[in-house]
Amino acid sequence: MSQVFKEGRVTILRFLGLGAVTAFGLAGAALAADSDGAFSSDFFHFGEKDGQAMYVHVCAGCHMPNAKGAVGAAAYPALAGNANLATAGYPVAMVLHGQKAMPAVGEMMTDQQVADVVNYVRTHFGNDYKDSVTAAEVKAAR
Amino acid sequence: MPENSSASVTRRDLLSLIGATAGGTALYMAMTELGFARDSDYAGPIKLSGAPKGASVLILGAGVAGLVAALELSQAGYSVQVLEYNNRVGGRNWTLRGGDRFTELGGLTQECKFDADLYLNPGPWRIPYHHRALLDYCGRLGVALEPFVQVNYNAMLHAKDSFGGKPRRYREVIADFNGYVAELLSKAVNQHQLDKAITKQDTEILLEALTAWGALDKDHRYVTGLDSSNRRGFKKDPGGGLDAFPVPSEPMGLSELLNSRLWQVFAAGMVNRYEFQTSLFQPVGGMDMISKGFNKEVGKFVRLNSKVTSIHQDQSGVTVTYEDTVQGGPAQTAHADWCLCTIPLSVLSQIDIQVGPKMKAAIDAVPYEASTKIGLQFKRKFWEEDEAIFGGISFSDLPIQVIGYPQHGVASGGKGVLLGAYAFGPSAFEWTALSPEDRVKKALEYGRQIHPQYDTEFENGIAVGWHRVPWTLGCAGAWTDETREKHYKNLCAIDGRILLAGEHASYLPAWQEGAVLSSLDAIKRLHQRVVTG
Repeated sequence: MSQVFKEGRVTILRFLGLGAVTAFGLAGAALAADSDGAFSSDFFHFGEKDGQAMYVHVCAGCHMPNAKGAVGAAAYPALAGNANLATAGYPVAMVLHGQKAMPAVGEMMTDQQVADVVNYVRTHFGNDYKDSVTAAEVKAAR
Repeated sequence: MPENSSASVTRRDLLSLIGATAGGTALYMAMTELGFARDSDYAGPIKLSGAPKGASVLILGAGVAGLVAALELSQAGYSVQVLEYNNRVGGRNWTLRGGDRFTELGGLTQECKFDADLYLNPGPWRIPYHHRALLDYCGRLGVALEPFVQVNYNAMLHAKDSFGGKPRRYREVIADFNGYVAELLSKAVNQHQLDKAITKQDTEILLEALTAWGALDKDHRYVTGLDSSNRRGFKKDPGGGLDAFPVPSEPMGLSELLNSRLWQVFAAGMVNRYEFQTSLFQPVGGMDMISKGFNKEVGKFVRLNSKVTSIHQDQSGVTVTYEDTVQGGPAQTAHADWCLCTIPLSVLSQIDIQVGPKMKAAIDAVPYEASTKIGLQFKRKFWEEDEAIFGGISFSDLPIQVIGYPQHGVASGGKGVLLGAYAFGPSAFEWTALSPEDRVKKALEYGRQIHPQYDTEFENGIAVGWHRVPWTLGCAGAWTDETREKHYKNLCAIDGRILLAGEHASYLPAWQEGAVLSSLDAIKRLHQRVVTG
C-alpha cells in the first residue's frame, strides 16, 4: 500500500471516498475496456493507446471535441490554433504539471502517452507543427 | 472453509492475508492523519458580538459558504450584498428535477425528464452525523432530514472478472471475508504461532472473539451452516409453518474472494470510514432544500446572473466588476468595505483579483477534479421489488463505479431514479468527454451487467460531468499534502480587505461542512478586524 500514497493523485481521488473503485484501483485492477474505446483506464492510469484516443476520450472533456475550448464563469482555452503550442515544451509542461484549475493529468499517463497526445494536438485542429516530442523528452520534463 | 484448502494454508499465506487487511487499516489511518476523517470543529452557532459600525460586505458566490456568510453577517448588522453567477442560489448544493434544464460547457443542453418527486443530487448527496455545522443550519432553516443509507448489506459488490461477472451481496462478501480471516487466525492461535505476541489468557479470549466474529463452528472453522448463514444470508430463508426450515448458503471460495478484491470495499474504508459511519442524512426532497432554506432568509441580498470579472481593492474598500449574463449591457460595479469571495479557485484563478502574491499563488495552486454523476429513471423500482435493495450503494469495478439507490419514496412502489454512475479518477475524465446522451447510454450498458432489468425498465436519464459545469469547471479543489503545506494558510489569510471561503478553504474537501466551517471562520476573523479596527 505504501507506494499507493506516493502517487500524487491519491489525495485527489480519495476525497469523498467515492467509489469502491478507488479500492479496486489501488490493486491495479483495470476498469473494463469497452467496445468503442470510450473507457480504457484503470483508477490511476489512462489506458488510451494513441494521441487521438487520448484527446477524444480525455482532453475533449474540457477542451471540447473541436478543441475550441469553452467559456462559462471562467474558460477552457482553445487548443485549435493556439500559439502557445509552437514550443512543444509548453504543452508537455501543461500536461505533466497542470496549471491553475487544470489537473496534472500527465501524472496518470506514461511518457509515451504524453508525447503522443502532445504530438496529436500539435498536428491537428489547425495546428501544423513539424517537430515532435519524444517519450524521453517527456521523461526529462517530469 | 473447505478442508482441502485450509490444509494447505501456509504461514506465508496467512501473513499475506493479514497484510491485505492491514493494508486497509493503513489506508484508513493514513486518511485520518491527512485530515480526511476529522470531526467537525463546530462549536455551536456563531456569535458576532460588537457593532459592525455600518460596515458593508460584498459576498461573491451564493453557494453554501456565501449563504452562511450572508445570513450571519446580515443578522450581525452588516450591510450585505451577494453576487451569484447562476440563475439560482446554492452552487454545488444542487438538485435536478423534472423540467430543469442544464447547459454544460460546450453548449449541450439536457432537459431533466424525471417524474414529479424524483430527483438527482449531482453534487453532495449525504450529510454525516458529525457534520454538526451543516446539520445545525438544517435545523435553523427548517430543512427536514431523513436517513441516508450508506451501507446496505443486501447491495451488490461487483468485480467484472470474478464470479463469472455476477455481483455478490455485500453481506456475503463481508461474512466470508471475516469468517476466513477468523478461521486462519484461530489456526495460528491453536498452532501457538501467536504465543510470543500475546499471553495465554489473551489467546483464549482471542479465540472466543474470533469464533464469534467470524461465525465459526465449535472447531473454529468457517463452514456452510446456520452460523455462517446468519451472517451471509441463507439459500432458503427461515419461514413459518410446515416447510419453515432454513437452508444454509455456501460460502464462496477463499481464493476467488481474495482475488476478486471485493473485500477492498470494506477493508479500504469505502463503507466504514468515519464520514460514512451511521448515521448519515439527506434533506427530504433533495439536497437543494438547504439552499432554498437559506434563500428564504437571504435571497433578498442576492443578485443572480452576475459574472464577476474583476476584484479590486484599495484602502477605502473593494470594487467588483461584473456582467449581467442574461441582460448583457455594460460592465457594472459593486462596492463594499470588505469582500468575502467564495468563488471556486478554478474560476477565481482566471479572474483579475487584486491580492498579494502569496494569496494569488495559493489561488492558482489548486486543480479541480473530474467527477461524473448520472441519474437514471426507471418505470419501476426493480432494485426493491426484485432484489430487496432499499437504499444504499452497490460498488463495481466497471467505469460506473457506483450504483446508488434512492432513499426517498422507499418501499412505496412507483418509478424511481437510480444514481447510475458516480465516477472519479481517469474514468471520470472519460465520462466527461462523452456527450451527455452517450454518458447515459454507457451507464445503461454497464449497469445492466449488475441489474439486467435496465433493458426493459429504463425511461430517461441525465448526466453531469463536473469539468463541464460552467460555474465550477470541476467538482472540488484537489489539494495535495505539498500544496497544503505551501499555500493553505496563505489562501485563508485576510489579504487587505479580501478573504476567501468555500470547501477549498477547508480540510473537508468537497464536503458542504467544509464550506460552512470555512465561511464561519472567515467571517469571525473579518468581524474581529472590523470591531477592533
